[in-house]
Amino acid sequence: MLGRLTIEAIPLYSWVAMGGAAVTVCGGLAVFLLITYLRAWKVLWTDWLTSVDHKKIGIMYVVLALVMLVRGFVDALMMRAQQAIALNSEGYLPPEHFEQIFSSHGTIMIFFVAMPFLTGLINIIVPQQIGARDVAFPFLNSVSLWLTAAGAGLVLVSLVVGKFSTAGWTGYPPYSGVEFSPGVGVDYWLWALIVSGVGSTASGINFIVTIVKNRCPGMTYMRMPLFTWTALCISVLIAFAFPALTVVAAQLTLDRTLGFHFFTNGDGGNMMLFANLIWIWGHPEVYILILPAFGIFSEVVATFSRKRLFGYKSLVYATACIAILSFTVWLHHFFTMGSSANVNAVFGIATMIIAVPTGVKIFDWMFTMYRGRIEFHPSMVYTIGFMVTFVIGGVTGVLLALPPADYLMHNSTFLVAHFHNMLIPGALFGYFAGLNYWFPKAFGFKLDAKWGIRSFWFWFIGFYLAFMPLYVLGFMGMSRRMEHYADPNWQPYLIVAALGALCILCGIICIAVQLYVSAKNWGSARDVTGDPWNGRTLDWATSSPPAPYNFAVLPEVRDVDAFHDMKIHGTAYRPPAHYEDIVMPRKSGLGPIIGAVAFVLGFAFVWYIWWLVALSLVLILICIGIRACDDDTDFVMPAAEVARIEAAHLAQITPVDMHDMRDFEPRGAASGTPLAGRA
Amino acid sequence: MDHSAERTLSTYLTGFVLAVVLTAIPFALVWGGLLTGPAVYYVIAVAAVLQVVVHLVFFLHLNLRSTPAENLFFLGFAAVLIFIMVGGSLWIMMDLHHRMM
Repeated sequence: MLGRLTIEAIPLYSWVAMGGAAVTVCGGLAVFLLITYLRAWKVLWTDWLTSVDHKKIGIMYVVLALVMLVRGFVDALMMRAQQAIALNSEGYLPPEHFEQIFSSHGTIMIFFVAMPFLTGLINIIVPQQIGARDVAFPFLNSVSLWLTAAGAGLVLVSLVVGKFSTAGWTGYPPYSGVEFSPGVGVDYWLWALIVSGVGSTASGINFIVTIVKNRCPGMTYMRMPLFTWTALCISVLIAFAFPALTVVAAQLTLDRTLGFHFFTNGDGGNMMLFANLIWIWGHPEVYILILPAFGIFSEVVATFSRKRLFGYKSLVYATACIAILSFTVWLHHFFTMGSSANVNAVFGIATMIIAVPTGVKIFDWMFTMYRGRIEFHPSMVYTIGFMVTFVIGGVTGVLLALPPADYLMHNSTFLVAHFHNMLIPGALFGYFAGLNYWFPKAFGFKLDAKWGIRSFWFWFIGFYLAFMPLYVLGFMGMSRRMEHYADPNWQPYLIVAALGALCILCGIICIAVQLYVSAKNWGSARDVTGDPWNGRTLDWATSSPPAPYNFAVLPEVRDVDAFHDMKIHGTAYRPPAHYEDIVMPRKSGLGPIIGAVAFVLGFAFVWYIWWLVALSLVLILICIGIRACDDDTDFVMPAAEVARIEAAHLAQITPVDMHDMRDFEPRGAASGTPLAGRA
Repeated sequence: MDHSAERTLSTYLTGFVLAVVLTAIPFALVWGGLLTGPAVYYVIAVAAVLQVVVHLVFFLHLNLRSTPAENLFFLGFAAVLIFIMVGGSLWIMMDLHHRMM
């Protein structure tokens, strides 16, 4: 009846594991009680969970990412604490538990922090940047969100019922095969990946269609803001890379569940193919995480340097080059697998070539700042911190791209330091910059800058403290993922790294305080105009928070910096002659229902509860059938309603709130024809 | 070219027959044991690629003249990426196989 699910699945075997389970259960219970206490269930369901509005879906993605960031960071803190004390001793974590923690840390940070964070930011911003009213497929967007949440739910549940994988976040066979990992851990990992992977693929396709088809008049490809360009490139990467992950996860599932032999040595299987396939997805994935952050940095650096982005075209071409090259380097993750020198050399050289377009970007950002009037807003400070730190990671990456050097560094903490050096400044700092930059757009009030700067310094210093020692330890010969060790020379470095993790903890607390303080004082930091930073792109042309339809009248774009151009020419904040009815997608409860059933499906597969598997599959098919037969998915917002919302927004804006654009007007011989009006 | 004439029943039927034939050939070769050794793999691969083309032309109405250039560009891009992924995997795994012999 319940497959292999028995009472043994409750983690009573160790105090630490039970503590984790208790925290997860209590956290869930606390949220449940809080919502009940606030009597918010109805509002939550009708206004948020069932919403197909891209802005609300985006916010929910970011909330999911922040919650999972805390969970993933607790894992990191526990690993650092263990390694700081585990000299010639077992520390406080038994080996099997330590293995679960590093596996879940990687899985959570990649799939359930970075992916939802960037998908959320793209969701909130990209339709506004291209002058669209929503994404191309709003309902699919909701399904994507809930599939991602279902995957995250599977990882969280593994803490309470059963165990998580001990095979690392890449789960290489033969260890992850059923012979060496017979428990449910690897299955939890696989189903979390498969369920959320389907959601990510759908998101990628959704964004491609949105950006290709839904741009407003005048928004040519070479006038799209850089963030939209990076979103387009990574959506293409998602559409092509994620199928590889789904296939490889499905193959390993077949191996484990139905006795197939894709990755076993018996019957012609080859475990090396797993490494090959997972990294065909895995390397583009790195750029899927980093490129949107590059897009955010490009927006932030232009806005807060008060200058046009330097080398817009070179940034676009560099982004496209990185996107294509990211598909040509995957073997550098397994140089030591035993390929011939020719194969290793080709992939090593391809890897080094990626440093060129990335370097172009760094110089473009520096030239944008050059002679700009730089304003040290938290998002700008994160950007500068990124530029300084990311270059170090890039250099160590080029070092690792040399196959002979990689043979020495492979699986050492040097590698761990390298990829954290790419992903923390490269991706996470970008998302935090985006959080500080676009928060007023999403919520209508600004985040507290003081706490933003504090969070930056804790993250920045904490990063150096936590990962520079790991570079050194790598040179000293320390392997990654060690539960205990015998070399006393390592311990001082590991203690410094643990202090770095504590410093980052302060950074996370600062972000929490920043959110709290800003929400408390929201009235004094309101963004009336929808353009708090004197922004340049179309996303600042909408109100903050935007009306459900974003743009009452679709804008007409004449420049890369579309909104800047409108403000200079005095066409911003002008009510149109008349409004028209707007067709809007209707909200749907099927998105969260499909997500919930997908969670049950994954759970049932993990525990071999076959009747539940069949039932969930049928339920999902029924949901899809209901949706397919529903011809009434839209509603019309009447022109009068649109006019009312727009009038209320425009009435708030006084000339005092508007930015002084006089400094930006072209002067002298270069200015050409005289300019009419001022914003 | 007239679009409505292009999408007549005969187009779909031609596509369907071609797809069935291209599926039947590899099946027959393997089932009947008409061909052995690496030659079988090559025939299966060629038949599979041809079938992709058949689907694109007869079912998705891909046409070098009437399909928008944008769509052709994306299709070409997809072809390049698939070539990199499949070709690269074959190269890597063959190389490894050779060294394990």
